[in-house]
Amino acid sequence: MATSTNLRIAFRFLTARKRSMLMSLAGIVFGIGFFIVTQAQTSGFEQFFIKTILGTNGAIRIEDKFQDTQFIMVAGGHDKDASKFQVAGDRSARKYIEGVEDPALLTEALYKFRNVSGVSTVLEGGVVADSSFKNDSAKVYGIILNDHLAVSDLGSQIVRDAGTLEDFRTTPQGLLVGKVLAERLQVKPGDSLILQAGVERRRYRVSALYETGVGDIDKVRIYMHLGEARSLLKKTSGASFLQVALFDRDRAPEDAAQMEEVLRHGAKSWQEREVSWLNAFKALQISAALTVSTIILISGLGMFNTLAMLVIEKTKEIAILRSMGYTRRDISRIFLWLGAIVLVVGTVGGWAFGAAVTYGVSKWPIKITGIFTASTFQVYWAWSHYIVATISATVVVMTAAVIPARRAARLEPGEIIRGTSQ
Amino acid sequence: MSAMAQYDSKLALRCENLHRYLGEGEGRVHVLRGVSFEARRGEVTAIVGPSGCGKSTLLYLLGLLDQPNDGSIWISDQLMSNSSDSDRTAARCEHIGFVFQFHFLMQEFSALDNVMMPMRKLGRLSEEQMAERARLLLADVGLGNKTHRLATQLSGGEQQRVAVARALANQPAIILADEPTGNLDVTNSGLVFDLLTKLAKENGQAVVLVTHNPDIATRCDVTKPMRDGLFV
Repeated sequence: MATSTNLRIAFRFLTARKRSMLMSLAGIVFGIGFFIVTQAQTSGFEQFFIKTILGTNGAIRIEDKFQDTQFIMVAGGHDKDASKFQVAGDRSARKYIEGVEDPALLTEALYKFRNVSGVSTVLEGGVVADSSFKNDSAKVYGIILNDHLAVSDLGSQIVRDAGTLEDFRTTPQGLLVGKVLAERLQVKPGDSLILQAGVERRRYRVSALYETGVGDIDKVRIYMHLGEARSLLKKTSGASFLQVALFDRDRAPEDAAQMEEVLRHGAKSWQEREVSWLNAFKALQISAALTVSTIILISGLGMFNTLAMLVIEKTKEIAILRSMGYTRRDISRIFLWLGAIVLVVGTVGGWAFGAAVTYGVSKWPIKITGIFTASTFQVYWAWSHYIVATISATVVVMTAAVIPARRAARLEPGEIIRGTSQ
Repeated sequence: MSAMAQYDSKLALRCENLHRYLGEGEGRVHVLRGVSFEARRGEVTAIVGPSGCGKSTLLYLLGLLDQPNDGSIWISDQLMSNSSDSDRTAARCEHIGFVFQFHFLMQEFSALDNVMMPMRKLGRLSEEQMAERARLLLADVGLGNKTHRLATQLSGGEQQRVAVARALANQPAIILADEPTGNLDVTNSGLVFDLLTKLAKENGQAVVLVTHNPDIATRCDVTKPMRDGLFV
């Protein structure tokens, strides 16, 4: 009963300073809204980047065997958690034997990890690509198509109307050429392309063009069948690396560490490989959050000002409420309710505004190339953005309401009535 | 003995040897200098005296809106002068109704809401019962057809009548009125005073009012003249 009465009084008091209350409300709506929009955008681009790199280079890459002298066995350990192998010294001091010696054995071992969803053997080597127009240096990636499709988005990266994956599958001499490289060499599907590795020169046929969106990949990488790559690069066995896909990509660092210990090969998670970009995205996200939070902060100051003025305006009403038996706590709650009403309305409005702008921005055309290719603003819808925005606004608005509320509760009714009557 | 007991049960309010200082430092004034006072149910007591003699200060002390520097106040036989703020607030809610010179209505609320406000705090009646009682009280003060008007849409006399209805809302034992007619014309003054005394007497409430108006004072059951912080 007391709560509903205090809330009812708060609602009526709200109308006493309509304009300044509306300004504070607008500040909260815009603050929350822009917070959501900026977080959706920065997270959107980050997620798109992650999707791109996972779709091209996989979650984990296994490469280069450790030299045996770098490990020591933990003998007779009683501790269940103790690793079977320990890495001697720090990682940078390790010595490696280049490549993967027995990819089949390693693949079999990798599938024993519960989180591994696919493994692709890749043989990599530098070549010179020679078209009838010009030649350019490139890197061939020998793959088993089905295996690689299981660990990458290659299937969906084929450029529309620029050949088919099926053509590549059925053509032993088929090539998948990066879009940028194909433009440089001026080749299109069906054209022949000569690849030279050392003294070995062979003619191949462009089956399709692909585009990952990552400039550094699209301008150098050529996919070909693993057997052809072995023949061209004169590597009859082994592999350059194994590309691994995971069911839970977020567990990649832990899995990579475990794979290193067990398989005695270097294993790099996507988080480790792309640490610079990921840190840049994180910094951008925090910076945007801090910048936009100032809107919420300023509206909180406005709210404080409005409520402080309202306490001064409503001293007479506070006194009469106190004379009727309303407690100091009731008075305090009336002003806290005022803050809460503005907060709730502002939050709901901010959510709606944020969601609407996020949707609008996601349809906004933009041409981005470089670390990925996007034709519209990338957004990521996450409840966490809405929750964090709400928590920030709650802290600011309720802090702004607490001080005037306490001041209102401290007012002495006798002094006010005496002052008004004189 | 039984006559004494009957006499005591009529006592709604009592104070003894009240002292109150106002102001700080050199401006500190000894406003009440040991005032003792009693108010009985069904009686209307007027406190009269020149400005600054301590009438209103005494009224606020009796209404537990202020605390004395010394002395004791009993409300319905309960010593309240040294009680906590929450006890005094609860006592105001249950036992005391106020009528002030400047009506002090809540401007954003209707007449009905203003009268229901003390009832809502006391919380003894349901919403429907509160509304029904508020309508009855407003009808008693002649505002039965203006229950839903905002305070700002009522005349000064009407607002003061709403204030009287509000003071009676919780059926308090004591009505304290500080210059209740001080801001009204002669007709409205008479109307408000008559209402206050009639309703209070019907309900057996003790009415203590501070007034400068000699006509009002002479129509009260008891008149207590005050000068320089003491009854004379």
